Amino acid sequence: MASLKDATAIVGIGQTQFARQLVASEKELACRAIVAALDDAGIAPSEVDAFASYTMEETDEVEVAKAVGAGDVTFFSKVGYGGGGSCATVGHLASAIATGQASVGIAWRSRKRGSGPRPWKNTTVQLPTPAQWTRPFGLLRPADEIAMLARRHMHEYGTTRDHLFNVALACRNRANQNPAAMMYERPLTRDMYMTSRWISEPLCLFDNCLETDGALACVIVSAERARDCRRKPVYVHSVAQGLPAQHHGMVNYWTDDPLSGPAWTAARHLWKQADFGPQDVDVAQIYDAFTPLIPLSLEGYGFCDRGEGGAFTEGGALESGGRLPINTGGGGLSEAYVHGFNLINEGVKQLRGTSTAQVPDAETCLVTAGEGVPTSALLLRA
Amino acid sequence: MADATAKTEPLLTPTQDDDGAPFWEYATRGELRIQACTACGELRFPPRPCCPHCQSFDSDWRRMSGRGRIWSYVFPHPPLLPAYAEQAPYNAIIVELAEAPRIRLVGNLVAAPDAPLNSIPPERLRIGAKVQVVFAEVAGTVVPRWVLERS
Repeated sequence: MASLKDATAIVGIGQTQFARQLVASEKELACRAIVAALDDAGIAPSEVDAFASYTMEETDEVEVAKAVGAGDVTFFSKVGYGGGGSCATVGHLASAIATGQASVGIAWRSRKRGSGPRPWKNTTVQLPTPAQWTRPFGLLRPADEIAMLARRHMHEYGTTRDHLFNVALACRNRANQNPAAMMYERPLTRDMYMTSRWISEPLCLFDNCLETDGALACVIVSAERARDCRRKPVYVHSVAQGLPAQHHGMVNYWTDDPLSGPAWTAARHLWKQADFGPQDVDVAQIYDAFTPLIPLSLEGYGFCDRGEGGAFTEGGALESGGRLPINTGGGGLSEAYVHGFNLINEGVKQLRGTSTAQVPDAETCLVTAGEGVPTSALLLRA
Repeated sequence: MADATAKTEPLLTPTQDDDGAPFWEYATRGELRIQACTACGELRFPPRPCCPHCQSFDSDWRRMSGRGRIWSYVFPHPPLLPAYAEQAPYNAIIVELAEAPRIRLVGNLVAAPDAPLNSIPPERLRIGAKVQVVFAEVAGTVVPRWVLERS
């Protein structure tokens, strides 16, 4: 059976400025990120023949392809479930390129979430969840939906607000090292965290991601082609998607085991295809729309046992020099919330050795998409 | 500035689909019913056309006792939709049903069927607390709510 293992590589990354409010349109931001990524790779836009994005992306491939001057496009794909699809874009392009359907692929995300409306406020467009069973009862926002799982995790396993603070702090500390991050030079203290306002108790302000305008893109080619590109290739070692049996989306309250989410399903396939395991991961970029997603993901991807995700965060484990440095650009909590695409590009930076919070000699990186919704993940290697 | 003609928006009512409509119809009669497979008898929630256990498309709606326990709960704070912001912080709870713990319903713990969503002091909520279903009318739709079971 053919394998995707190391068959393709990310050879270019690009991003725009991140801010609460940018003047440029989402389409312009998308094009700027794509052009920057192609320039980084040293590949002409006319060579691009594949595009992949994920839902809640408003700029479509027709628009960006003609704007940036792509050639004939022979593969395009849009993955469902918003933030759960970030890593799958790279996976779909890797599959297409490895099987000869295309040769140069672009994955991208453009978002004006900082200056635009909150999606949950539009009650006529229901989110892709069984909304009739939740929204009338005031479970209105993703924060409310995840807070339910967080409270249950606290009850079953003794996870504490200090554990969630450890997550928020690790991300903020890395953002404080990253001049491109929205929270650069804005330190977080335990006192600030513990006295901040509630959003959905037990989640406070700092348990929630930023609201960001900005865009990112990356370029994927075959491993063979990658050797001739401008930058050091970062190989796509393993990819997986995960939609568990009887899953219900973000409001996953009706399975036998709501605390074992899509991460568990994606992880089984991800590790099965890989030459290494969780203990060999040098650095991880874990989707952090909300702090509780980190302990849930640490358990799902096998960095600790079930229920130990909170305790794993103790003793600086997630910080630089810790057991598993995470979200080294600052993540969605403190760099930018662009549905996790910044995590992919940060993974590439780590394996190039160019992160602003570089893990010495990092050779392997896990990148994950949104836990809670049908998800996806990548293992990257230098 | 206060607008004399401004009316308070109601709470959201369920956007019903074909699968869910019977649930809400039974609620109107004051009955909590859950979809059950006619062929194998397994309960399923949320409702759907096909039984995930035996693939039968035949189902009926089984009446529940209405007793359950709190599985988890949250207190949403603003920013929220206006009707909810007025009552915030309120509680939203998940109840596991006494006779079918894997069937869980999202709802609100209230002091009485028509009491506000914030009518129970937060300190009275705890995971495992026994609750009983009641029904309240919201903008023409009857929805289940929950009260603490008297011990």
